[in-house]
Amino acid sequence: MNPRSGTRPFACEYSRRQFGQAAAGILLFFSMNPGSVLAEIAPGKLPVDLETNKRLDSWLRINPDGTVDVFTGKVEVGQGNITALAQITAEELDVEFERIRMRPTDTAHSPDESYTAGSASIEAGGSALRYAAATARASLLEMAAARMGVPIDSLAVDDGGITSSAGVGRVTYWELASEGLLAREARSDVPLKTSSKRHIVGASVPRLDIPAKVSGGEAFVQDMRLPGMLFGRVVRPAGYGAELTALDDTSAKAMPGVVTVLRDGRFLGVVAQREEQAIAARTALQRAAVWTMPAELPDEAGIADFFRNSADAQVTTVSSRSPTVAAGAVRTLTATYSKPYLAHASIGPSCAIAAIENGVLTIWSHTQGAYPLRTDIAAVMGLSLDKVRIIHAQGAGCYGHNGADDVALDAALLSRAVGGAPVKVQWMRDDEFAWEPFGGAMSIDIQASVAADGSIIDWQYDLWSNSFNMRPGLRGGVNLLAAWHLAQPFQHSPPGEIPLPSGGGDRNAVPYYDFPSQRITEHFLPNMPIRVSAHRSLGAFGNVFAIESFMDELAEIAGADPVEYRLRHLTDDRAKAVIRSVADRANWRSGTKGDGARGRGISFLRYETTKTYVALIADILVDRESSTILLERITAAADSGLIITPNGISNQLEGAIIQGASWSLKEMVRFDRQRVTSRDWATYPILTFPELPEVDVVLLNHPELPPLGAGEAALPPVPAAIANAFFNATGKRLRDLPFDRDRVKATLT
Amino acid sequence: MPETFRINVNGAEHVVRAEGDTPLLYVLRNDLRLNGPKFGCGLAQCGACTAIVGGEATRTCTFPLSAVGNASVVTLEGLGTVEKPHALQKAFIAEQAAQCGYCTNGMIMTAKALLDRNQHPTSAEIRQALAQNLCRCGTHWRIIRAVQSAAGGI
Repeated sequence: MNPRSGTRPFACEYSRRQFGQAAAGILLFFSMNPGSVLAEIAPGKLPVDLETNKRLDSWLRINPDGTVDVFTGKVEVGQGNITALAQITAEELDVEFERIRMRPTDTAHSPDESYTAGSASIEAGGSALRYAAATARASLLEMAAARMGVPIDSLAVDDGGITSSAGVGRVTYWELASEGLLAREARSDVPLKTSSKRHIVGASVPRLDIPAKVSGGEAFVQDMRLPGMLFGRVVRPAGYGAELTALDDTSAKAMPGVVTVLRDGRFLGVVAQREEQAIAARTALQRAAVWTMPAELPDEAGIADFFRNSADAQVTTVSSRSPTVAAGAVRTLTATYSKPYLAHASIGPSCAIAAIENGVLTIWSHTQGAYPLRTDIAAVMGLSLDKVRIIHAQGAGCYGHNGADDVALDAALLSRAVGGAPVKVQWMRDDEFAWEPFGGAMSIDIQASVAADGSIIDWQYDLWSNSFNMRPGLRGGVNLLAAWHLAQPFQHSPPGEIPLPSGGGDRNAVPYYDFPSQRITEHFLPNMPIRVSAHRSLGAFGNVFAIESFMDELAEIAGADPVEYRLRHLTDDRAKAVIRSVADRANWRSGTKGDGARGRGISFLRYETTKTYVALIADILVDRESSTILLERITAAADSGLIITPNGISNQLEGAIIQGASWSLKEMVRFDRQRVTSRDWATYPILTFPELPEVDVVLLNHPELPPLGAGEAALPPVPAAIANAFFNATGKRLRDLPFDRDRVKATLT
Repeated sequence: MPETFRINVNGAEHVVRAEGDTPLLYVLRNDLRLNGPKFGCGLAQCGACTAIVGGEATRTCTFPLSAVGNASVVTLEGLGTVEKPHALQKAFIAEQAAQCGYCTNGMIMTAKALLDRNQHPTSAEIRQALAQNLCRCGTHWRIIRAVQSAAGGI
């Protein structure tokens, strides 16, 4: 096995042909979200990802066999972005979709596009590939024109076949393919295809990765097997700050199949010949290890107070407009909202394979950022960057920063402990729940003043939040779990915020409504008692819950219909269109009161204030006997500009709505003063089939406009739509997530 | 001590040497190199590891090798291939009934066991049959539609 060779026949390649705290204020990480740059590229500029990786041959290879290799720094996280990127490339290159072979991100040769996150694959990765493909096409046409002795503008391309109106024969891309063909830089002045000429973009092309996933193909890193591969498992400390005071590992070492037990500080792991042997040895080590158990965690029920009493909060005005309260206020209202810590809770626990050969460490990982991971791995392993190679292979859906990167380091440490032999490590279920970086809890205050007609004339918003970005590759530290536990530990990087409009804890904290006066204040909390990082939609879930719930409270005070009240405060026609569209679809009738049991509520957002527009209406039934909310139906309308793959975008929106429903009704990471106590699906329940709402999604397509990121957009509006429906049904407000049995019971009594 | 077991998987006899209490999942994945059944929780809570053992949808992450005996084991691979897919596999592709696809094995295998005893289940019956199978991506409705569509075509 040579981990350096790029030709290992692992089926992690997609083609239809084949398968059918910061010392001085809040740190801003500008590298975090290149996708926040709109796909509308300024004249003379290249898309950001292309600007930093200009060479065409780092993106594309035209092969004599009639295929096209596409190298992307974006990875498949189970949301279909790779298929959409293939569509964009095929379209702009003027070849049929079947010719495209998407190569998994590999730090040995793929463009560095940082993370696959923030619903940015299409806006950032897609526009890079679009310009790369368009430049490649133009280069091929130049070559063909020279060869055929005809002017370029006489040429037409059909599936890679170039013909001239002068009728002097035909030449194909595949004949022109040669070494060095694409050894040139992308250009910003290349002609791009107009919407009327597209036939691949906008079509519901079946996902490239699904056939393998329904038939037992090698689809995931979990499915990779290398010759001589061993199995590793880790034994985590008993709590975040637990110290290992004693360990007798003699009996574990003597267990069948055990190759080695590694202890480095409070990092403990085992490698065995067989997987079940590694698991058995892990259990034995857990019994043998003696840990101190400091009572270091805050009171689970008092997180909001804990945040608000933090002495080190960094207070920033993230947005303000005429910060004096406008005259004419007749009434001022306040409310407080909260969201708990939420788990990514991937169905497949995190997994990685590591091997070391000739001094080069290779890791197959389902990381969202191969290059940033390489930086942190190299630091911990004491290797230069060129001695670490990260190759992406899919894992289960991650929904943000889960254990993917951490387990990559676990595998590297364990492989090194066995002389570099390939070691596959998969976390056990409790490893994933207890140690993944969660989506942070939030506390929010809103105060609004209204005029005599009920319209909002002043809006004051305060949010308390930890960082939503503690991913690997950030400056000033190493963000990998095992690194913090070594005898010579690394520190995590100073927690920082992400600038708006993308935002972190303050994502979507700035309302999309037009209020004459507003101030949005973030109380950023560097102290993170519970491990946190990026979680799908970051702070938007809490912020939109608060904003859209409070809009409903204000509409009620104004005696206004919630739909009309929102429209009244909006000027963007696309925003109004999604609200009107969902109201039509759900047959919304102004002034309809709930009957004590049934109710309906609406909510709206424009994701990150620059991306997809979503409006939702939830129809619910409150069962007072069991104190439960039954979701009957969620209707949605979305505008994400140009739709690349209608079926793919529906799948994302439907999925986000159901996941949002699960977060809203059921989810909350539990912990006591010593440790996280959510450790399995019984202690962290999620929505099940019998609890599903019907989901109906309307797509508003704009082929004339750029595509907008949509993967996360439908999640943040879900809880307010449900809470507003609950108010409509019962006259009571739910202001704290989740709306589980205890909360519903307490609210109703 | 490891023992030798003969087990019938996807219509073929296999000889494996492992401890009798080894969960069947690891034998299927590592000895037989099958990718269908997935490790999800090891606690029989999520369903990702489901295979059909003796006609019953079974959580292989907690089902010991020694308990297989003469029962025939069918995994996702035993249903069909990309070239010759089973009606359920075809329907999951047609309905694009996956996002990450990690739970898909358990959905298809549990549905297979359902369709074997009830050829035309209602949507409510499908939801009930899949009540203990977890999907995190929110692909539930597509899964239900795929099962219904496969039932129509069987």
